[in-house]
Amino acid sequence: MSDTRNYDGPPDYRNVGLHGMSPETTHDEKARFNFLAHLNRHLASNVLPGVKKAYETRVAPHQPKPNHRNQVRKQLLQDPLFQHWSALRRGTMELRQQAGRWVTLRQAESLNSKAENLTKEDPRLVLNPDLKIPNYLAKIDHHCMPGSYHDEIVPGDVTGAANYDVGIFVTTGGGLGRFSDGGGEAVVAWMKKNRPNFAPKRILDIGGGLGQNVVPIAKAYPDAEVVCVDTGAPVLRYGLARAKTMGVDNITFVQANAEDLSMYPDGHFDWVQSTMFLHETSVKSMPRIMKESHRLLAAGGLVMHVEQPQYAPDMPLYEQAIRDWDAFYNNEPFWTKLHELDLDQWMVDAGFDRDELLHGGVAAVVDSELFPEHANDDVEDYGRKAAWHIIGAEKKAA
Amino acid sequence: MDKSRIDPLKLAGAKPKGKRPYFLKDPDVERVLAVTMAIAQELAVVRERMDTVERILEDKGSLTQADIETYVPPKPIAEERGAWTQEYLARIMRIYQQEIEGLNTPDEPTSEDIGHELAQDE
Repeated sequence: MSDTRNYDGPPDYRNVGLHGMSPETTHDEKARFNFLAHLNRHLASNVLPGVKKAYETRVAPHQPKPNHRNQVRKQLLQDPLFQHWSALRRGTMELRQQAGRWVTLRQAESLNSKAENLTKEDPRLVLNPDLKIPNYLAKIDHHCMPGSYHDEIVPGDVTGAANYDVGIFVTTGGGLGRFSDGGGEAVVAWMKKNRPNFAPKRILDIGGGLGQNVVPIAKAYPDAEVVCVDTGAPVLRYGLARAKTMGVDNITFVQANAEDLSMYPDGHFDWVQSTMFLHETSVKSMPRIMKESHRLLAAGGLVMHVEQPQYAPDMPLYEQAIRDWDAFYNNEPFWTKLHELDLDQWMVDAGFDRDELLHGGVAAVVDSELFPEHANDDVEDYGRKAAWHIIGAEKKAA
Repeated sequence: MDKSRIDPLKLAGAKPKGKRPYFLKDPDVERVLAVTMAIAQELAVVRERMDTVERILEDKGSLTQADIETYVPPKPIAEERGAWTQEYLARIMRIYQQEIEGLNTPDEPTSEDIGHELAQDE
């Protein structure tokens, strides 16, 4: 007899949107992604609330009162439920990487040649083989993703990018929508609502990776020239191929370090934006990136960074410690530092006036018929929930 | 492309850069937990495949490999399968559920405690 509960879990992986670069997946590979999306959801909605309760009932009462989230984390590390939740969450991420990499590596030849055919001699792919990969990306494989955004197993390799693309569904339990572009869709919805008359001629997306979030922006502003900058050749190659097969032709993918975009003149862009990128940089590089953004922004233009919320003083230390999990245990080393910085001050130091700053909140915009609206539901997968803050600035018109 | 350079089986499970954290008191237990969850994953995969086979057979009375590979469950069936996966995980993760429930009653007596108590009642 079938279950009579109202179903509130992840959609079937077969609902994920396909484009011309999507790897083929067998029945069992799809089933594996389904299981892992469910496992992530189970850990977030059934086990994580217990970790909080364990902290409140059997950890905190027996420990000195913490005054920093690191103390909370160290206390939590002694508790068996936190230990098991962490071991399972780390293990799930490893299974997800293995599942995605198996799919893409077993068809590496066809994926790589498809990307080559789609991007060969296309002026919208501008690679720089001499670019030095910054230390903050070279030292560790982000999200436990072997090879990260930039390594190539063979020349012209896009398998790492394809793995990233197929696997976001798993990590977010299907919460980012059909094309894993819920972040980009959210940015577009924010702009259309709050700046309905904004008509940017040139848009710069920094650290845009394979462009899954910039594609909806490029679609929403079809007359704009869009530039997606990233340090990794595989993601850019894959990104251009992917965008083209989705019928989006106004994005140029450029391999560059956002700390130095001197190939573009001052005031070249009307909109500079990043989505979930700043936490993958470093304390040294951030001011340079912000200064470059300020320099590149035209008068009357807008800069906008989308990130998970800051560790503001009113955020409980327990929540901060859980949000820090990915920094310590999922290879996102700068995550913890970024979320304690005074971003307003960094924007001011980059050259913006305090009264030019803007703040906002956005939540993933996804097809609610097929995808549960994570942003509005009760499941709080701290640090991975598809709800973000915006820190930005508007440069006064000259 | 030099095919000899890509070995999907070996590379799919490659270790990422950065030392792996271990959380459990005994790392061997964590290793066994990782193996157990990988097996749980594969059992879910087999179950989904079996469900696909059953549904195609029920509809058509026969099936091919291609039918299985291209099967897309309509929404109500996808939800039924999703609900099954939730139930399956609830079974596997029962030990955590019970530990969390137990946090509400930290001073709950054991059966042994109650046995002593009942013996004194007589």
